[in-house]
Amino acid sequence: MAALSPVRAVTQATMFRSRRGAELFLLVLALFVGIGAYAAVGLGVDQQVPPDIVGYGGWLVALVVAAHLTVRFVAPYADPVLLPVVAALNGLGLAVIHRIDLAKTDTDFAAKQLFWMTVGVGLFIATLVFLSDHRALQRFTYTSGLAAVLLLLLPLAPGLGTEINGARIWIHVGGLSFQPGEIAKVLLVISFAGYLVLHRDALALAGRRFAGIDLPRGRDLGPILAMWLVSLLVLVAQRDLGSGLLFFCLFIVMLYVSTERAGWLVVGGFLFAAGVTATYVLSGSIGFLVHVRNRFDIWLNPMEYYDRTPGSFQLVEGLFGMSWGGLLGRGFGEGRPTRVPYAESDFIMAAIGEELGLTAVMAVILLYGLIVERGLRIALISRDSFGKLMATGLAALVGLQVFTVVGGVTRLIPLTGLTTPFLSYGGSSLVANWVIIALLLRISDHARRPLPDLSVPDDQDEMNTQVVKLP
Amino acid sequence: MNKPIRTISIFLMLLFAALLINATYLQYYASGKYNDDARNRRVVDADFSRHRGAILVGRDPVAESVKSDDLYKFQRTYPKPLLYAALTGYFAYGGSITGVEKSQNAVLSGNDSRLFVNRLIDLLGNKGPEGGDVELTVNAKAQKAAYDALTSLPGNVKGSVVALEPSTGKILAMVTTPTFDPNKVATHDFQANQKAFSKLEADPGKPLLNRGVQMALAPGSTFKVVTASAAISSGKYNADSMVPGGATYQLPQTSGESGLIDNEGRDCGVKTVKFTQAMENSCNTVFAQLAVGVGADAMQKQAEAFGFNADPSSVFNDLQGTNGKTTLVKSNFPTDMNPPQTGQSGIGQFEVRATPLQMAMVAAGIANHGTVMKPYLVDQVQSADSDTVATTEPEKFSQAVTPETAREVTKLLVATVNEGTASPAAITGIQVAGKTGTAQSGQDNVPPYAWFVSFAPADNAKVAVAVMIESADIPRDDIAGGKWGGPIAKKVMEAVLNQ
Repeated sequence: MAALSPVRAVTQATMFRSRRGAELFLLVLALFVGIGAYAAVGLGVDQQVPPDIVGYGGWLVALVVAAHLTVRFVAPYADPVLLPVVAALNGLGLAVIHRIDLAKTDTDFAAKQLFWMTVGVGLFIATLVFLSDHRALQRFTYTSGLAAVLLLLLPLAPGLGTEINGARIWIHVGGLSFQPGEIAKVLLVISFAGYLVLHRDALALAGRRFAGIDLPRGRDLGPILAMWLVSLLVLVAQRDLGSGLLFFCLFIVMLYVSTERAGWLVVGGFLFAAGVTATYVLSGSIGFLVHVRNRFDIWLNPMEYYDRTPGSFQLVEGLFGMSWGGLLGRGFGEGRPTRVPYAESDFIMAAIGEELGLTAVMAVILLYGLIVERGLRIALISRDSFGKLMATGLAALVGLQVFTVVGGVTRLIPLTGLTTPFLSYGGSSLVANWVIIALLLRISDHARRPLPDLSVPDDQDEMNTQVVKLP
Repeated sequence: MNKPIRTISIFLMLLFAALLINATYLQYYASGKYNDDARNRRVVDADFSRHRGAILVGRDPVAESVKSDDLYKFQRTYPKPLLYAALTGYFAYGGSITGVEKSQNAVLSGNDSRLFVNRLIDLLGNKGPEGGDVELTVNAKAQKAAYDALTSLPGNVKGSVVALEPSTGKILAMVTTPTFDPNKVATHDFQANQKAFSKLEADPGKPLLNRGVQMALAPGSTFKVVTASAAISSGKYNADSMVPGGATYQLPQTSGESGLIDNEGRDCGVKTVKFTQAMENSCNTVFAQLAVGVGADAMQKQAEAFGFNADPSSVFNDLQGTNGKTTLVKSNFPTDMNPPQTGQSGIGQFEVRATPLQMAMVAAGIANHGTVMKPYLVDQVQSADSDTVATTEPEKFSQAVTPETAREVTKLLVATVNEGTASPAAITGIQVAGKTGTAQSGQDNVPPYAWFVSFAPADNAKVAVAVMIESADIPRDDIAGGKWGGPIAKKVMEAVLNQ
């Protein structure tokens, strides 16, 4: 027996079932969350179920069913948990945004968000339908890298880009505003993955060893380092600290995973520490760094900056709201989430914490944890390196972004402006995240699909080997 | 590549664990800190919209929440504003809360743990949470008598009356003038409220100041009660003794006018005088010599036993400022004095300063056989359904003198009412003990303060009173504790005794 088992492990590949039925069941639960929360908002704020609950609920059901059917037909072996989790988060986000609309009375964020969700699901379906094999994306390594850089540069273009709250990360076309950086994140992951898959051996093996760390050759590292620097420079120019941090960490994670060299984590950690120190030392003289230093000081002593400009009003009001919410929350309509500026976007976690309590905050964090866990699981079981790397990158992207924004809002780390995936109001973020899920499902379908039967039939000898049959 | 993916998984798992722990810390462990922050408008507005409990005197509310149609749902209303403003304090927007409203905020707002069961029932019965009621120790008749008597003095009276129940320390009356209308600052009309605040703060009469606890002035001759206690406690004298007297007394280590003490013409013997006569005539020469005789240390010890120099929060906490600290100020008895300073302090001058509450405690301590009780204002805490949830237990503050000494001092004070300067406080058929005081302010343009302390009945006191008149429209030569303070004390004592 002992001698047999390793052989079995090698020869007997895990057989995955498609689990579409499980996905459907979980989606029903997710719809309960979304539509139930919407009804609860109406009951809590206006003491009545919203009159448009049937139309709203119907639309949500239609979107979810469309997404589910697409998965059923074009990616039948895809992971069954991701779509329901995302549907629940998106539904909850819509309800909370609707709640804030009701408090503000002059906004229609929820209607716009529903529109963007529709676009997002549309792109989700399109991605799954038109991208039948994720490895096709490997061909666009440099194209997507270039596209990402262009997208990042777009808001700096005069006439097109607009500056909101000090960050120049928006473009306005017609009546719509868009954050191209959100799409750029996905393209960067594709680009990083494609490049690293080709050059991982060179990056890992060639080069010199210095101080216990294997340093790669310049020509292997050059292009990607250049791209990374360009992205960072663009972000510094746009004063979008959160995205800069996110890209940096993402880069390090993917480099580490592709080369399997822990030295990259050391280098990354060192660069990070050096950056923080440099910021602190130089913050007296350089304009942008003063902004960063302020964020840092506010993080350390939020209460002292409550009345100042730039101050901690937003952060502290969020903290006040979340502490007021306590374990179970005030309930929809009983809190005052609109005291927090941007409660519908960056600070939506504060609104959830205030009205739905620690319970909901934990549930939401765990749902995000589930997305990350499923994403990394997909990476583990994926059969090709590109898929592994891309899945890791996408999962890490979601995980790091959630950590940065939720950690910032709850004062675990200094606050940086980032959207909360699927919850925050904002079309670009929502659409990009739906595409991320589509890509993960595509990789997952590929990984879990049964292998084509290549085994030699046992009765080969008895088969007719005659090439030419004589009459 | 699976090994680094697993490492990254663990790293991300740690990040998420940190998020969960931090959220728990924020929303559970640290929530109290944030909720207590004065800038937290959520909590401030919610508190302001609470159906607060009432503050009661007997069965009548002196502060209650009345339904209002605006954002804040309930308007705090004070039915007898001028009479009780100094006690109720006010409940104004933005955490601007004082007096009993502040000290009993937890009960009135319904957050007090003693109301937990009621709150649970409210929750189950789907009723909005209601605050508990607070019943004061105040005797409505005594309070009214004190206020009427004090305000009946000529002119704009600045002064205070404090009455205690000697055996318990209950505050039976506490009046201060000028006073204010808390309804004007508790209004939901924030412009009117700001105007009212500015006007009160600019008023030279300082109506927001509770002179009963927030103003410590030289107690003058009323302090002779303390000096007499120290002298008798020393064992050298009793009420029938002869004490050193004389028409003038040159303080030790001094020469000339500034160190010379006289009796403003009252008969205080040649070399010695009867102790009773010395108290009756409020002999400065006698009490300065007695103080010098017992010494600075013994005087200080005696004064501190009555409550001087004590941390105010250890004495009385039922009236608080917006910061949640007692508004009582420290009554001062100077330390490390030389003999001439000791002599001055023996007649309530030099740096001796006392609040009316402190002087009422002195009178109450003698009346209660030497035991000073801790003064208190909140008698009972009741649930919204008027069930008594807690009753304050009287607490001993100190044993200031032995019962024997108290009896001797009482004899002196009875004689002072019967035969001496305190006669305006005499009540027919009831033995009253009392002492007058007219204290030099120490400033040329500030008239003397008139004081009066008393208790009755002398052998089994039900009430002890301290009256302080900082200023009124009285000619300077006519200012005298007995003449102006005595009748006020009498009316308050009668109001308590004629129940």
